[in-house]
Parts: sequence; structure tokens; C-alpha cells
Amino acid sequence: MRLRCPSDLVKARKLIRSRYDPKKTCVTVCCGTGCLASGARDVAETFRKEIDRRGLRPRVNLRITGCHGFCERGPLVVIYPKRIFYQRVKVLDVDEILSQTILKRKIIERLLYVDPMTGKKIVYENEVPFYKKQRRLIFGNNGRIDPTKISYYIALDGYTALAKVLYKMSPQQVIAEIKRSGLRGRGGAGFPTGQKWELCRNANSRLKYIICNADEGDPGAFMDRSLLEGNPHSVLEGMIIGAYAMGAEEGYIYVRNEYPLAIKHLTIALKEAQEWGLLGKNILGSNFSFRIRINRGAGAFVCGEESALIASLEGRIGEPRPRPPFPAQEGLWGKPTNINNVKTWANIPLIINKGARWYSKIGTKTSKGTMVFSLVGKINNTGLVEIPMGISLRKMIYEIGGGIPNGKKFKAVQTGGPSGGCIPARLIDLPVDYEKLTRAGSMMGSGGMVVMDEDTCMVNVARYFLSFTRDESCGKCTPCREGIKQMYEILDNITKGKGKESDLGLLKELAQIVKDSSLCGLGQTAPNPVLTTLRYFPEEYLAHIKDKRCPAHVCQDLIRYSLIVEKCIGCQICNKACPTGAISGEKKEPQRIDQKKCIRCGACYEACKFEAIRVE
Amino acid sequence: MVRLTIDNKKIKVEEGTTLLETAQKLNIEIPTLCHHQALKPYGACRVCLVEVIKGSRLGLVASCTYPAEEGLVARTETERVKRARRLSIELLLARCPTSEKVREVALELGVKKVRFKEEKEECILCGLCVRVCEEAIAKSAISFINRGADREVTTPFKIGSLACIGCGACVYLCPTGAIKIEDVRKCRRLDFWNTKLELKKCKVCGKHFVPLVELDYLKDRIKSFEEMELPEEALEVCPKCRKRILSEKAGEFIFGEKYP
Repeated sequence: MRLRCPSDLVKARKLIRSRYDPKKTCVTVCCGTGCLASGARDVAETFRKEIDRRGLRPRVNLRITGCHGFCERGPLVVIYPKRIFYQRVKVLDVDEILSQTILKRKIIERLLYVDPMTGKKIVYENEVPFYKKQRRLIFGNNGRIDPTKISYYIALDGYTALAKVLYKMSPQQVIAEIKRSGLRGRGGAGFPTGQKWELCRNANSRLKYIICNADEGDPGAFMDRSLLEGNPHSVLEGMIIGAYAMGAEEGYIYVRNEYPLAIKHLTIALKEAQEWGLLGKNILGSNFSFRIRINRGAGAFVCGEESALIASLEGRIGEPRPRPPFPAQEGLWGKPTNINNVKTWANIPLIINKGARWYSKIGTKTSKGTMVFSLVGKINNTGLVEIPMGISLRKMIYEIGGGIPNGKKFKAVQTGGPSGGCIPARLIDLPVDYEKLTRAGSMMGSGGMVVMDEDTCMVNVARYFLSFTRDESCGKCTPCREGIKQMYEILDNITKGKGKESDLGLLKELAQIVKDSSLCGLGQTAPNPVLTTLRYFPEEYLAHIKDKRCPAHVCQDLIRYSLIVEKCIGCQICNKACPTGAISGEKKEPQRIDQKKCIRCGACYEACKFEAIRVE
Repeated sequence: MVRLTIDNKKIKVEEGTTLLETAQKLNIEIPTLCHHQALKPYGACRVCLVEVIKGSRLGLVASCTYPAEEGLVARTETERVKRARRLSIELLLARCPTSEKVREVALELGVKKVRFKEEKEECILCGLCVRVCEEAIAKSAISFINRGADREVTTPFKIGSLACIGCGACVYLCPTGAIKIEDVRKCRRLDFWNTKLELKKCKVCGKHFVPLVELDYLKDRIKSFEEMELPEEALEVCPKCRKRILSEKAGEFIFGEKYP
């Protein structure tokens, strides 16, 4: 079907909706990458077979959706219209769900979610605290649409914003609207989007390019992937609107090759959008033409940096170059280019549909709208969280995240990916917005959020993140390449008990200057983990250096496992768990640990059921 | 033309001039390691950093890449600039403790001691060799491989290069002397690039002097020998013999046929 004008789109939407009965039972199975990893594909297939076998097709629909965000509890199954929420569903549960819940309207208690804070069982999706406290403006539709079919997106008012822009707004009006909304780049730096668009719009060139940056490289972050997998058309619509506003005829999506499902869904979405006349030549009969190509990235973290991304797209080594000239002046193949993050593009249709005024009411004074975080680490509810800017870390971690597992104490949270900073527990009431996070020594970044509990050694954390940036720096400029390497060496020495007190001053000097003098954003932010841990946890550094002690019992060279003779019953489980044969002793007699053979892996400590092994 | 100020000295320069070039016009000395006037600015070594104030912006930028802008105020001698330059050179000195050039710049900037773990590299990864090979010779025989701390310059797959013509431009530009070139009998050796090239005999003295591939490259690039009033064979005579023949010819021209 090819849509030739906005009224075609309205007619198509009516037709799609008329075929869909909202009261009909619909089983949705989340098939985002997280749920697929826990076996969602088989669950979905079994549903399909069972529904067919029982002849339930006329009564029950099956829909395979993208990521719902609550990956911790996958595979997720939500049964519409009431939105009954089943979690950790297995293939063997399918039969019961069909015969009990679908046919007899009985809830299966065992599959319900239990709130770790209250211990209560929760039946409906919208009552799960993880979802209830969120404001899912750009992620909300992920659970409702089948990303491989454009009709679902269109049914939910998809491409309305595009039609409005093409027929009722001038490019300048679009830019003014985005400027008024206060939207800022969701990729990390937080540059005002409207202003960026204006720069590109005003650049004097017939050829212009726009790029969607989907080179999400932060370890543990998967917001962009989930959006591309679960709702690719929202990103495409944003890009087409942007192209119209800036006067570009060609666009690229630079997506990591490690995201096969995102690439697959994007490819389908591009094809469908083209077939429907929403992309390509003469979009919706408006004479405006725009095409999008997918470019797969080879997985270098630094290619998320604008100028490195452009270099990589051009087929050169992914290395940043100095600015000016900015991409809006000289970008891809020397032409004015605008790059925005996946989430930024997905915000555009929303702003156009609901208006800048509505949008600018969400969030804080300087940070508008919602932000998507991937909440990971030592947290009960791992997953994707979309919140209005400005809510506190406490709300994020305790109300949405469900607190810290196993009753451990919350110690710090690292925001903004590997080059963000660690914010300590005492700043838990810090509101999440661009400025507040920067002032605390961290950054918004692209939305990574790693929660750490009392068992985390902050020196080791800083060392870990630097090992990442040391490997992922492109290596072009001296401070980033050599400076991060030397910071890593110093941190490594400290965790091995070889640190000197003078190291702390040197580390601080090194971190500050690397931040100040590096060529691109990678080097300018990579020292953040060092600077924030030095600022908020100096006592941990001193414990490692002066007392040769790791307070969190993490750094292997500074700990020692020993046996509490009175508690050991001689079950020999530790003996079997030890990979180096360091534990010996007779059965039913207290065991011994040979410190020379012990590699401090902690396997015995984990295995012992009687708390007879002590770490000090 | 744009007007700007460096270290309180005002100057007018053409648009597109870099801060480094502007400073040179004002006789303000700025150390560099990865810069060469014949190549495109690169901005990697960070020893040419200067502080720039423009509107509310204040920051360190590489003077070799930053363009002169109207109303810009730059400072080359602030404490912030000195600290940054010193740290970069100290880091490079830790990487290449034996490099003469690095030690010289370090001394200029007042860095005498290295506080970091020392390595035994000879290459500071300034990229001059890579860029001269690509921009001036148009051969791209070498490039960077790996990233981060593992970055190095080498030939594809680290084996003898098929593109290298043995011209030695990289050797000439290398600030640390890491790349060496040596003619051993019939062979030109560039051990840093794992490359050996066969040499051609001089038509006059019989000494091996030019790589065969370089000769082909030159013949290819010199489009018209006639226009240059140069016989094509001239390339097949070694510089020493060429010099001797030319001086003999000059002698004959001046003193007549009886010379010498």
C-alpha cells in the first residue's frame, strides 16, 4: 500500500483499527534480546503452536513485541486487554496459561511478580512498581507493537507527526518547535537539539546529511538497542522530520553490528516505510524525498563520538578530529551533517504531536522530557527505566529499582557509562538532570546506571573503568592514550598493595590534566571514575595504600581466606570447590587452607554453608 | 582577514590560518612534535596546546589545528597551558625515555624527571610517517593498527609492504629516529616496516642506489621528461655520478673542451 497524502494515512489507520478488536484477548510475548536470552523465542513458538492446536485463533491473538524493559524478570508475557503480567515464563507454563488464564480466567499465582519491598504479589502490569513509577513516553509502545509490522505503529498514531510537519509546518517552524521544547541531545553531551538543527539548516550547501547514532558502546547499556528493536519506526519518523527541517535528502543509521536483531528490525522497518510511501521519493505526496541507509559499525566505543563516527562511515579509521569545523559545517564527506542519538530522534514525533509546551512541562528547568536509563548492577530490578528528568536517585534505586539485593547496603551509583563518575550513597537525593550530575563529578551520558553495594571496592571500580577506556581510546592523542594507561598502572599498583601515598596526588594531577587537554569527549571524560572515587572515597584509597587492606574484600592481593576452626564441620565442600587444591584435611575434621597455593578466588567462601571461612 | 590577539599582541591574518602559524608570525614560540608544515594539521601530541578565550568559552586547544577566528584571544604562557604541555611531554618521555627529540622538548618545557612507569618504545605515534606516506607520496604503505594502549604504526599484516617504494620520506620526518633506512649491497632495508626492496645499479658507477619500485614510481610521476629537458636515463644514474657529470659538463662549458 502506498500512501499518497495525509488523508490516505488517516484512512489506513481507520482500516487497521477496524480490523483490531481491543476487547479480544491478546497474548504478548516480549522478544527483546534480554528475554530471548532467557528463552522467549521457544515460549512464543509454543504459544503459537498451542493456540493453533486448540483452535483458539478466533478468540486469542498472539503478538511478539520488543523489549518491555524489565529484563530481570524475563521472559515476560502480558495478556491484554487486562494486562495480566506473568514473569519468568517457561515453555512448560504455556499450556497452563492457555487452559487456566485464557479459558477459565484464572490467575496463575506462581507466575506473578512479587514486589521485593512489600512481598506482595502483583497481577497487572500497570501495578508493578517498576513500571508504575516510570513515565514511559518513548518506551511505552514497545510492549504494545509488533516491531516487524508497520501497521501496529500506524494504528498507534504513528507517522501523524510526519504528516503534520510536511503539510502544516515550515522547516523553520519545526526547528522553532524543537527549540521551544527544550530537548537536549540524549547521547551524552546534552547539546540543545533545536540549536544543533538550526546550525545545520543554516549551513550553505545543497547536499546535507543526517545521521542516527546507534553505536551504543557503554558496557551494560542497551537503551538504544531496545528502542531500535522494539519501536524502529519512532526513530525513523524522527529522522524524516529532522531531514525535512534541515533540508537533508540522505540519512544514515550507524548501528553496531553486535545488534543483529536491531539491524533486522530496522531493515524491515525501512522496507515497509518505503513501500508505504513514508520514506524515499515524494513522501506522502509532499514532494519531499529522503532515504535512509544502515551502516554497521565494527564495535569501537570511540565511534560513538561524532567525528570518529563520521570517519568510520566514510570508511576511514574511527578517529576523532579536532573541532572546529563542527559537523554542522563540515561533516560527512565534507557536507553539513547533523548527528543525533537514537533516543533524541524518538522524542521528535512526540514533541510534534503533543506540542513543545506540553513537552517542556516535563522535567526540570534546564533538562526537559524523560530520560531512559539502563539500571544494572547490584539492584533488584535490572532493566530499562524511563523517568522524567529531575527525579531523585533514591526514587530510581529504591522505588523503581526495588532496592539492593540480599539486604546489602547501597554504596554508590555510577552514571553515564564507563567515563561517568561514581556518586556516593550520601548524595542519594540528588535529582537526575544534566547539570546536577555534572556538578557531582559525573554526567548524564547516554543513560548507563550501575548500582554498587557495600561489597564493591571503589578503587577496583575505578581501575576497571580505566581498563575499558584504556583499551577503547583510539590512541591518537597523547594525554588520552598515555595518560589513561599510566592512571591504570597506578590504580593497579594500589589494588595490589604496592601504592605509595604520593600516588594520590599524582593520580589527581594526571586525571585533571587528561580531562583538560584531550582531543575528544572520550579523553575529556575518561578520568571521571578516578576523580569521583578520589573525591568521595579517599579513605578507601588510604586503606589500600597505608594499611594494605581492601575494606570491601575485593582486591585479591590484599585479602586472605582463613578457616574458623570452631565452625568447620569437615564437610569438605570447600575442599572440592577449591580449584588449586589449597584446602586439605580429613573428613569430619576442620580443614586447612594453604596460603601459598590459595589464589583468593573465593570459591570456598561461596561454597561453605556454615560460614566457617573468613575473609580478611 | 580576521583580527585576533595572542599573548596581548594583536594581529590580522588570512582566514584559515591556524593559531600556530599566527603565533609564528608574532615570533611566539610554541613547541610541536606531530606538526609539519607540508602536512595537514593533526592535533595529536598536545604539546602545542594554548588557552583560548572566546565569548564565554575558555579552554585548551591544539594551536596546530585551531583556526584563527575574529576576536579570538589566545594565551600561550598561562599556568594551565604549561601544566598540560609538561604532562604530555612527561608521558611521552615515559614512553620513549631514550628519544633525543622528546628529551629536548621536555627540557625546554622544564621536565627533568619522569614520575610514571617507563617503557622502552622508540615511536611516539605522532603519525608524521603515516601522513607523509598518504598525503605527500600518495602510497599509504603504512597506517595505524589497534587502538588505545595497543596502537602502533606498521604495514598491513605487519609483513613486508607491497606499496612501499622505499623513498624514505617517513625516515626523514620521524622525530625520534625510530624508523631507520639502510642500503646493504643490492637491497634497501626498512626494518621498522619489515620491508626489503631490490636496488637498481647506477648506469655509470655500477653501485646499487635506487629501489626498482621507486624508479618506476618516479617515471610514472614525471609526466614529461622532454618538458623538464631531462633524459629519462638521468634517473638511472646515482646522485654522486650525476653530480660529477654535471660539474664536468659545467667545466667544459666554462673552460672549453680541455677541461679538466
